[in-house]
Amino acid sequence: MSKLVPVPSGSMVPERDAGKHPILECVDLGITFGGLKAVEDFNIMIGPTEISGLIGPNGAGKTTVFNLLTKVYQPTRGTILLDGRDTHGMNTMQVSRAGIARTFQNIRLFNNLSVEDNVKVAMDANMKYSMWSGIFRLPRYWQEERSARERALELLSLFSMEKLAGVKAGSLPYGAQRRLEIVRALATHPSLLLLDEPAAGMNPSETAELMENIRKVRDTLQIAILLIEHDMNLVMNICEGICVLNFGRIIAKGTPAEIQSNPAVIEAYLGKQG
Amino acid sequence: MTMVNHLINGLSLGSVYAIIALGYTMVYGIAKMLNFAHGDVIMVGAYICFYAVNQYQLPPVLGILAAVLVCTALGVVVERLAYKPLRAASSLAVLITAIGVSYFLQNAALLLWSANPKVFPLFFTSTRINEAGERVVVRNLEIGPLSVSYVAVVTVAACIVIMLALTWFTGRTKLGKAMRACSEDKGAAQLMGIDVDATISVTFAIGSGLAAIAGVLLCNMYQNLVPTTGSMPGIKAFTAAVFGGIGSIPGAFLGGMLLGILEIFAKAYISTQLSDAVVFSALIIVLLVKPTGLLGRPVREKV
Repeated sequence: MSKLVPVPSGSMVPERDAGKHPILECVDLGITFGGLKAVEDFNIMIGPTEISGLIGPNGAGKTTVFNLLTKVYQPTRGTILLDGRDTHGMNTMQVSRAGIARTFQNIRLFNNLSVEDNVKVAMDANMKYSMWSGIFRLPRYWQEERSARERALELLSLFSMEKLAGVKAGSLPYGAQRRLEIVRALATHPSLLLLDEPAAGMNPSETAELMENIRKVRDTLQIAILLIEHDMNLVMNICEGICVLNFGRIIAKGTPAEIQSNPAVIEAYLGKQG
Repeated sequence: MTMVNHLINGLSLGSVYAIIALGYTMVYGIAKMLNFAHGDVIMVGAYICFYAVNQYQLPPVLGILAAVLVCTALGVVVERLAYKPLRAASSLAVLITAIGVSYFLQNAALLLWSANPKVFPLFFTSTRINEAGERVVVRNLEIGPLSVSYVAVVTVAACIVIMLALTWFTGRTKLGKAMRACSEDKGAAQLMGIDVDATISVTFAIGSGLAAIAGVLLCNMYQNLVPTTGSMPGIKAFTAAVFGGIGSIPGAFLGGMLLGILEIFAKAYISTQLSDAVVFSALIIVLLVKPTGLLGRPVREKV
């Protein structure tokens, strides 16, 4: 388990990311719905190969943070810097192309497309051939199409799903659908992957496998991962930095060990003691 | 033999409905809106072709091409100006806007081209020398006891080609797959970097281009062109799309064909006046038995 070290702005990142620019930096991020402050003063910094966790009780605003990062909601205040670049004014598609990919709490695959096509459709933005070379099947098309297929199978093999390439996504079993969502997100070529409750509905052995896979994704693709999860075993095992949210505000940040002994966190989860 | 003739006429009318219904169903599948101006794009296409051939003496092929190009552009422009600003609005607002666009196109046509009916030129004919030594235009192909109009043959063939091309397009090309992804979940598609706005534009372009072809074929059957020419076939094609299961491409094809055959048979064997009533009764019965249409997917309700 790596150690967290401070960076100039006062945040902490894993030791190996210390000298590098953070991939994500949120400064005073916030959104209000009507009069309700759903997320407020959200400050976070994530290293380029860091696995970090966003936890908190139900309704704390965790998914809202994901929706802000991916511009499903436009923030009402604050800044999101992706690899040093301000994402202000970008829409969902532009943020995706800039390098943020995500999965969903409730699975949202393209059920009528095959497993392979789900992955390839997400690569779309990275494919270079034009509509004309597509229609007339010019050499360019075959070349790109072949490399897209290779890359799709490569990504699927990270999750041992290459044999399922031809199956309709909607007919996959639940666990495989969750894995496919991660593969599809990876196909957009992200530098930051957001996982919204990846272990929801999984049994302990599936969760253990998922943890392995998340580490493998980070190690092979060298990307940052931010995950929302209620399974504390998973969070404490794979996250290097953890951020705890309650009522839309960050109440604690730190390593798993620090979080586990933080009184404010214990209070948020268990209520005031004594 | 008359029965076979009716069947062929039904297939040919059904093909026109199917081509129009494909536009309805594709736009509905992706933009989740009913584009009631679609029927009027047919009329615009027919006028463009009419003027290209009659006024500018272009060969029919170029006339059809001009109609397709103008309608494609018209579809994209209408989507950009009228529907895109309403992407987040309620579906009722979009529906009213579509009806507004429909009236706008009809009245614009009235201003530009007047209410006088135009006699559309026949494109699909052959000539023969009769007993008196004169050249006469022949509209029908005689195969033994059967007499099939050229336009019917061309229409059915065009519909089959279009259907096959669209099936290939949505199943095998990256743009077609992006379309299917958008029709399932626009939000997720956008989050995966798919340009949803561009995909919707392409859908409108394809639908409107097909409408132009349908307009030319329709006017070759009935030869009478007025600014309201598109509205009734538009409504029938919408019915066909619902009949087959709106959002489904094979459904639009099947719905169009069945509707065309039903209409011609009702005209021949029941009553010309009652034919529309028969057609719409059939729609009601189908929807009572299978509310999502013949090939429509059942809507799963989330509880």
